[in-house]
Amino acid sequence: MTIRAETTAPAERDRGPLTPEPYRVVGRTVEVGDVVTLSLEPCDARAAPPFSHGQFNMVTAFGVGEVAVSIAGSTVERDRIEHSVRDVGAVTHALCGAAVGTVVGLRGPFGRGWRVEQLPDGPDVVVVAGGIGLAPLRSALRDLVARERDGRGRVFVVAGARSPDQVLYADDLDGWRRSGSHVAVTVDVGTPGWDGPVGVVTTLLTDLPFEPEGAWALTCGPEIMMRFVARSLVGRGVQPRQILVSLERNMQCGIGICGHCQLGPLLVCRDGPVVPYGGVADRLFLERGR
Amino acid sequence: MSETVQKILHAHPFLVGLPEGTGGLIADCARIATFEPGELLLTEGEPADTILLLQHGRVAVEAHRPAGGSLWIETIGPGHLVGLSWAAPPFHWQFDARALEPVAAVAIDVHRLRAELGRHPEIGVALLDRMVERLVARLQATRLQLLDLHALGDDDPR
Repeated sequence: MTIRAETTAPAERDRGPLTPEPYRVVGRTVEVGDVVTLSLEPCDARAAPPFSHGQFNMVTAFGVGEVAVSIAGSTVERDRIEHSVRDVGAVTHALCGAAVGTVVGLRGPFGRGWRVEQLPDGPDVVVVAGGIGLAPLRSALRDLVARERDGRGRVFVVAGARSPDQVLYADDLDGWRRSGSHVAVTVDVGTPGWDGPVGVVTTLLTDLPFEPEGAWALTCGPEIMMRFVARSLVGRGVQPRQILVSLERNMQCGIGICGHCQLGPLLVCRDGPVVPYGGVADRLFLERGR
Repeated sequence: MSETVQKILHAHPFLVGLPEGTGGLIADCARIATFEPGELLLTEGEPADTILLLQHGRVAVEAHRPAGGSLWIETIGPGHLVGLSWAAPPFHWQFDARALEPVAAVAIDVHRLRAELGRHPEIGVALLDRMVERLVARLQATRLQLLDLHALGDDDPR
């Protein structure tokens, strides 16, 4: 099976793809120390535009700036949209601090996602996430776990965090485990009460009991982590074209016209953020000093 | 020679693919060791004279903290090797290793193994290659851990 290379066009808008639509914060959840999930509803009571797993929106904190944030919520719930935001700069700090009732701007959805609906039935699917990298995989995982329940392919989830109190979506991970998926969570440093493994995610891949023949892998996290994850999976026998990585670049326009997120011939906002490792390994992971 | 030990070694992932006779040679120097949850397999500062090949159970590698208590820095599971300090001077364990659950391991007497390998250098070389492979994997994992990737991240700085 080959992942098709179509681009998902931004939803139709009244004011064009570069003008943010107003959305109201209707829910705010502190996930872990510096990560907040915002639930957003369109101010004009229309349904939020449909999106695919792994796509992103450009989210505006008015008066501060705009940032690309992956969509973490369900693809089915059309009345609201969820973003998990990590507080790392001025815009994300403002978004993380946005109280319920705050109006933010939103453009999107943009880019190509995981396209899990195109995965063939049967082969195992390995999902590897580091830290906030679980956010763009969350909605895909919900579908993959449901797919596994229907007997369409086993799911193996490996999630890494800095410490036990930094494990993102711990309830979701428990739920997926209870559903029968293989879920392993590892932390860099263990603390009293922690019952899982300690070490980086790559250490778990060596013994992960999946069948590499025909397997697909989805990974998102720090780029260095993805590099080692991809190499480890290739070492286990997974085809590089069947390892999907989600790239993080300086997305600005979201529609492939400004060039800020260019990576060789790719415009990550348009051609990514999810791309097959086999297509970018030589450029992406050998890139220096960008 | 214990047939049980030899049977375990025959199927142990660490030894898979090594020359015929490796399991038998090691079995002559080995015994089964079991540990209860919380029990120390290795203690920092003590002589490192045993190679432990985990059969069942997980083990936490810990470092002492100056303020007391310990820091859990790695988990090792079945099929892997616990402790590396027997391989190089000063031959003292550098960390503690504690059983997280009931643990069974093949404990190999390093002194006897060295003597046997002196008589069978081809097996010694094969074992060394396997050791280096595992050491490199552990070194790379340690380097990734040192990078503190989750704190560093690649997040858009906006």
